Amino acid sequence: MNALIEQCVQTLGSGLAVGCIYGLMCVGLAFIFGIMRVINFAQADFMMIGMYLAIAIGGSLLPATLVGSLSPFIAALLTAPIMYAGGYLINRYLVSRTTGLNVIASSEGEAHQAQLILTLGLALVIENGALMLLGSAPVTTLNPWSSQAWEIPLLYDDYSALFLNKARTIDAIIAVVVTLALYGFVSRTRLGKTLRAAAINPEAALYMGIDVARAHHIAFGLGAAIAAVSGGLVAVYYPAQPFVGIEFLIIIYAGVVLGGLGNIMGAFWGGMIIGLVQQLSTLVIPFQLQNAAIFVVFVAILLFKPEGLFGGSGERA
Amino acid sequence: MRRTSLAKSLTAIAMVCASWFAVGFLIENSYYRLMLATIPIWAVLGISWNLFSGYSGLISFGHATFFGTGAYFVTLAMRFFDLTPWFGIPLGALVGALVALVVGLVTFRLRGVHFALAMLAYPLALAYVFEWLGFAEVTFPIKRDFPVWYMQFPDYRAYMALALGLLAISLLVSLWIERSRFGMSLLAIKQNELAAEAAGIDTFAWKMRALTLSGALAAAAGGLYATVLLVVTPQSVYGLVTSAQAMILTLLGGAGTYWGPLIGAVLLLPLNEGLRAKLGGALPGLEGVIYGVVIMLVILLAPDGVYWRLIDRFVRRQPVVSAPAAQALRPAPPRAPATLGETLLSAENLSKKYGGLRAVAGVSFEIRRGEVVGLIGPNGAGKTTLFNLLNGLTRPTEGRVLFEGRDVTRLKPNRLCRAGVARTFQTVRAFPRMSLIENVVVGAYVAHASDAEAGVAAQRALARVGLSHRAESPAGGLTMKELRLMELARALASRPKLILMDEPLAGLGGAETDELVSLVRGLRDDGITVLIIEHTMHAMVAAVDRFIVLDHGELLTQGKPAEVTQNPKVIEAYLGRKWMLAHAAG
Repeated sequence: MNALIEQCVQTLGSGLAVGCIYGLMCVGLAFIFGIMRVINFAQADFMMIGMYLAIAIGGSLLPATLVGSLSPFIAALLTAPIMYAGGYLINRYLVSRTTGLNVIASSEGEAHQAQLILTLGLALVIENGALMLLGSAPVTTLNPWSSQAWEIPLLYDDYSALFLNKARTIDAIIAVVVTLALYGFVSRTRLGKTLRAAAINPEAALYMGIDVARAHHIAFGLGAAIAAVSGGLVAVYYPAQPFVGIEFLIIIYAGVVLGGLGNIMGAFWGGMIIGLVQQLSTLVIPFQLQNAAIFVVFVAILLFKPEGLFGGSGERA
Repeated sequence: MRRTSLAKSLTAIAMVCASWFAVGFLIENSYYRLMLATIPIWAVLGISWNLFSGYSGLISFGHATFFGTGAYFVTLAMRFFDLTPWFGIPLGALVGALVALVVGLVTFRLRGVHFALAMLAYPLALAYVFEWLGFAEVTFPIKRDFPVWYMQFPDYRAYMALALGLLAISLLVSLWIERSRFGMSLLAIKQNELAAEAAGIDTFAWKMRALTLSGALAAAAGGLYATVLLVVTPQSVYGLVTSAQAMILTLLGGAGTYWGPLIGAVLLLPLNEGLRAKLGGALPGLEGVIYGVVIMLVILLAPDGVYWRLIDRFVRRQPVVSAPAAQALRPAPPRAPATLGETLLSAENLSKKYGGLRAVAGVSFEIRRGEVVGLIGPNGAGKTTLFNLLNGLTRPTEGRVLFEGRDVTRLKPNRLCRAGVARTFQTVRAFPRMSLIENVVVGAYVAHASDAEAGVAAQRALARVGLSHRAESPAGGLTMKELRLMELARALASRPKLILMDEPLAGLGGAETDELVSLVRGLRDDGITVLIIEHTMHAMVAAVDRFIVLDHGELLTQGKPAEVTQNPKVIEAYLGRKWMLAHAAG
């Protein structure tokens, strides 16, 4: 009996940690959608780039003697400015041609089609480009904390304990901090408010002197940066390969739909739920089916709360 | 949208299939022969996607669900029950249709991008399930004794013939849909789902029919694909690439036309396969990069797809509905003589709460047959909410609506439209990409069993509001008055007993207002009862038999215009002191 409780607590702990990381992944996609009304199909591939970047930065640029085991986490954060620039440029020269005020589409659906295909093409280029440049062999970082855990005794007896993987726990903390920082940025700062204004009514924002196109570039850049950071965090415990994004795709999209598209905090909780379901499902069903379990919960929630768990679909970042 | 004659379209389909088959005899290389057989299969998957997403506008990211289900059904049925693909593929199509039915029941609750993203999850989850079941790679058992019975041919041209057969069937199905109210209803849903529903289109049923048909075609394509390749893996049939392929081929070629997916497949697949054959071994990934770049280039240069680009360039688009037949333009016979007195519609204690706000509170009234009634009240009085309750867009918190003595409270707008309640909207809801006459035809479907009758009825309705000369203009380019008249014609085409008009005068100038008001008066002579929302009371005084006054969600008073405008409560709540003074002076 105690063993069962211990196992449940253990799974819950790892579910929460993974959930925070998934939450951050969802936040990036939801943020882009919230500001630009664009579904970025290449989001998971931005994450993949973040994984490789973080591994490269952590492995070669950061002297291990100086920052010790923290280097992969610092590396994950350092991917942000690089991918921000990348995302900004990608939107500036590619995606913006199919979005916002550049497009006169008779319905939102028609505009979405062009954006989807464009970002799908982008995803293909990124994945296969990575395959060309980096090869198909999985790459990992060696970080001692990936295989170490903090032991927190459970108080109901003398020997049961909760083991928290050090790497994932730090990951989770960083994910929460980044999410809160983005939330603070959007709701408190002047630039954040500008982005929201551009999102809520692009035309009115334009008349108020807001450079809506630039706001979109910034939003896309930030979304890409967040994807990269979440990739860097994942790279600490999961091997990188060119097509790794596809493995996280269902997680990201399910989380975002659960949370209500375009809603930052909702997306975070959506990702959290996905993480919890994925980990907790291993208690009752085979390991290989954990992603199918995500899907079942996803459909169940759709059936009973189709507008997403947190706020309606109309709500924006 | 352009419509060629049926004979021409059929000939074109036959020509394409025949010349494709002829090419098969010219090609020696077996790799390219295999390609000649698989390209039509992918085109069929694209057509199936187009049937649903291209026409209805609901984007499906998950058509691999049906493709994969068909592929696995045929393979497993052959492996475990020795069922030949000759039966397996049709049965698989049936299974695909059933799966589509279930998927639709669950997923149609979602709208827009939510729907698209949710669809993504089905094939990915199924891929995990099949892997876990131990079907990570299932091969076809080779039958050397009865190869033809088991669809195992030594010559790829046989497979090619089968694939072309399936392609021809899919094209014919598309053609039929495009030329019937099926396609027109889907296009209306794509452009404005709410307006389509209010115009009597059963949006849920049409979407479901489209998805079911689409699922069946995709499953048949999957089944044939497995039969040709003799092996299935979860990744090859349920993978993301499969779903993406269906979408990319169609959008590149042109969505919403039956040629689109085929054009996309012919342009893109040989490029992809060729690149893979030439470069895949030497430099893995390069072919994917080039493929991706081509996709991006095409979408930037021809965002509507190649087909529409060509049509815009070389062919003048022609309207779908043919020129009016002279006899059609006589006014419609009145539905019933206008006998004032009998109750047509009654609201009983209708209430609607939004959170703590009572938008409509305990409103009861009756509308008698043949009346023109004005529903007035200040902004925010709950007029539009009341309309939405009356035509089924919103469900009341309390109370009920009776139409011709029947409780219609829980009916959806399309059912109410069928029963004889039509409506227009405060902000006109047009189908902007369709011509004026097509907009009106959509409204006529509900009252007319055949498409030809619907076309005639639409012409008649358009003549009734005096817009016949603009019949072929796209609705996107109409003036506000023309849009209002178009919406009225769309409502009239459903042969309503009652029309609910939400602020039909908003945005119109003085002379235009008079024109519309006299048109409304004329409706009564056609046997149609009218309930009309306005907040400019002046224009309405001459037009209506009776006013119902709403304030803060409650019924303030009702009665003849003369009485209501003298009622002190109305004057205070709504008209204000100025009106009182002006009329005291006058």
